[in-house]
Amino acid sequence: MTTPDTAGSTTPAPEAAAPTAVQATNVEKVFSTSSGQVHALSDVSLTVAPGEFVSLIGPSGCGKSTLMRLIADLEAPTGGQLSVFGKSPDRARRDQDYGIAFQKAGLLPWRTVADNVGLPLQLHKSSTADRKARVAELLEMVGLADFADRHPDQLSGGMQQRVAIARSLAEKPRLLLMDEPFGALDEMTRERMQTELLRICAETSATVVFVTHSIPEAVYLSDRVVVMSPRPGRIAEVIDMKLQSTDERTDELREDTSYFDMITAVRESLHGRSGQGGTQGSGRTSTGHGVENR
Amino acid sequence: MGKQLTDSPVVGPGTLSARRLTTGRVLAPVLVGVLGLLLWQLLVGVFGISSYLLPAPTAIFAEANRAFEHIWSAALITGWNSLAGLVAGTLLGVFFAALAAASKSANAMVNPLVAALAVIPIVALAPILNTMFGSTQFPRQAIAALASFVPVFVSTLRGLRQTNPELRDLMHTYAATPIQIFFTITLPTAVPYVFTGVRLASSLAVISALVAEYFGGPRGGLGGIISTAAASSQYPRAWAYVLASIVLGLMFYLTTLLLEWLANRSRRAAAG
Amino acid sequence: MSAAPTTVKLKDRSGARRAWLGGAAGLLALLVLWEVYKFLGPSDGVMVFDTRILPRTSDLAMPHTWDMVTRMFEGETGAPNADPLWVAVVTAAAFSLGIAAAGWVVGVVVGFGLALIMLRWRLAEWGLLPWIVLSQTVPIIAFAPVVRNWGIQLDPPFFEWRDWMSVALIASWLAFFPIAVGVLKGLQSPETSHTELMRTYAVGWWTMLLRLRLPAAVPFLLAAMRLAAANAVIGAVVAEVSTGLRGGIGRLLIQWAGQASNDPAKAWGPVFGAVALGLVAAGSVALLGLTLRTYRRQEESS
Repeated sequence: MTTPDTAGSTTPAPEAAAPTAVQATNVEKVFSTSSGQVHALSDVSLTVAPGEFVSLIGPSGCGKSTLMRLIADLEAPTGGQLSVFGKSPDRARRDQDYGIAFQKAGLLPWRTVADNVGLPLQLHKSSTADRKARVAELLEMVGLADFADRHPDQLSGGMQQRVAIARSLAEKPRLLLMDEPFGALDEMTRERMQTELLRICAETSATVVFVTHSIPEAVYLSDRVVVMSPRPGRIAEVIDMKLQSTDERTDELREDTSYFDMITAVRESLHGRSGQGGTQGSGRTSTGHGVENR
Repeated sequence: MGKQLTDSPVVGPGTLSARRLTTGRVLAPVLVGVLGLLLWQLLVGVFGISSYLLPAPTAIFAEANRAFEHIWSAALITGWNSLAGLVAGTLLGVFFAALAAASKSANAMVNPLVAALAVIPIVALAPILNTMFGSTQFPRQAIAALASFVPVFVSTLRGLRQTNPELRDLMHTYAATPIQIFFTITLPTAVPYVFTGVRLASSLAVISALVAEYFGGPRGGLGGIISTAAASSQYPRAWAYVLASIVLGLMFYLTTLLLEWLANRSRRAAAG
Repeated sequence: MSAAPTTVKLKDRSGARRAWLGGAAGLLALLVLWEVYKFLGPSDGVMVFDTRILPRTSDLAMPHTWDMVTRMFEGETGAPNADPLWVAVVTAAAFSLGIAAAGWVVGVVVGFGLALIMLRWRLAEWGLLPWIVLSQTVPIIAFAPVVRNWGIQLDPPFFEWRDWMSVALIASWLAFFPIAVGVLKGLQSPETSHTELMRTYAVGWWTMLLRLRLPAAVPFLLAAMRLAAANAVIGAVVAEVSTGLRGGIGRLLIQWAGQASNDPAKAWGPVFGAVALGLVAAGSVALLGLTLRTYRRQEESS
């Protein structure tokens, strides 16, 4: 259907030619603030394969959001190389190779649900008919077809987040960047959204880079979990989720021992290497564990 | 979260360093001001614009310097009217805002009237007030008071309603009396808002006191002299008085800005 | 004079009715206060340190409220075929409203342009904004007597400069400040999450302006436009007085105040006209706001 309008002049690389979705090599990020320099990321190297679901997890200050913002070209790295589908992040952004969803839904309050979902299509000048069809399809996918003409203030937090996810999928991006998209939701809604996200990813076969601070969430969703540690932000360990393929996961997995094993593996990695016995971020994740088991 | 790292510093890629930022913020307006004055002087000097249109800045400064004593006494009259009006308007504004915050029916009565007062040209009352009170300075002070009343009322009422509901609930659990609640929570929250209202009112008070002089009454203030000087084609003189009224307005504004800053600072100190 | 949008809260229908009822009650209270003081107050007013702080109660200083109202329906002059007073007042108010509207339009356009320039170049914001903010403290109306000469002396090439244009120019002087400051604030109001979203869509400055900044600025714009309307009315009335323009409400205020010793109630006619003028100007902007409700959802829900 609608191929994303390439905002730039060069044609996008042939789809199969890019061997990796995201390739980071020795990436550094230093912020200069009034109180001195902050080393947000140090020597980060990571490869994300096409179609893979990778979560970034770690305590406050580990730079997981910063890494995602670098991939999205919302910040520029101060050292190292970063490429998205073999291009610079800037080029990838101009070619609209990725879709993004933030912790805050970030819907424009004056637009209806349908117009919010259609925003990127409208900005990239797709025809009105194409847009209508695609928006209807997306709203169907996130289960909000009946709410197309509502405004964001008439929706619950979970519904708003689903609109934001539909919006991030509007242009069928090959890469989906998600920065704690379910962070503000209650636990029940959150689990339902996670299952829906896996279903949507199976349908679209997109690559996903997912930032979270919930261990069960990372485990449930991912092929691989990247554990990061703070001061300076760096990758502590990359853990393969030895579970069934993400396409086949259902809520039953949440009560499976293999799932608990993986949670334990991530927990130990987080706590073992963050120095202080995991005082930051651990409170949330361990209670998360308890809730997940209900 | 990594978010905290990226959200707190305002300095992202492509932005300037903190020092250059401050320098730019100070230098740019100064530069614009100096350029403006130079351009003005050049226009008058090179293109020979006559003084009824636009006297040269130098001519205005010379006139202001020459007639300094007259200007000073005129500024005292207008300044005093403005000050009296500002103080009276502030007291009335705070009083009625407290009334509106305390009683629903008072709020229902006062609020629409203030909303109307905010959009009507208050100076239009000047001739009427001159008949009611006689030809004195009082009508000007009354006009200045009415003009300052509006922003003080609006801002104070907002401040009085600002109280954090959790704090209010907390006080309730302490079984605090309404008077205790007022002095420990409501008043400290509202005080900075009062001063914000006063700052907004300060320039209105000066403008209104000055303009009220155009509508008759005793001469001698800045507004009266500006209109007589302009009517008798003494343009540099008129502009010198305009300059004085600018300085007067600025003094009121800066003083109230300082007061607002002090009010906020003591609150910050108390909070932190 | 801040242009914060929080002052314009949309009210539901019952809230609006309560406001009208409350306003009427407040007005009635004022009228009663007037008559009671006129009846009980000392005839020479109340003096404190040689300053009369409460007015004289004579019919000359304080006409009865009903006299003010009935006077509106009597002839403007003693002549038998004279129009009723209200006709003259309404005609003059309409004339002033036209001038204020012209000044308002110029002020909105200029203010908007300045806001866009300051949004586009940060150096322009740094250089201009302090002057614009400080100018609010400057009694611009003081320029009124001088401005009239500009039109006469400059003699613009494409049209004939008329006196009402000087008045409109002063009105626009007063109107553009709130617009420039308020619109800039509004255009800068979108949250970082929204501007970053737009950045991920790789859109240009103009698209960001059209799709994000302008819609987000609407509540600020409406508040600023209402302030600008009130300012334009003040500017028009005062400039009419100080430039001596005939035909408007400002002129009537001065002229009929001069006849107050024979006809005290008549002087109140143009005061009512001026009040109506301000209310109509602000009300028109409020009506404009109704057509833009979609863009004010945040205000409504907050």
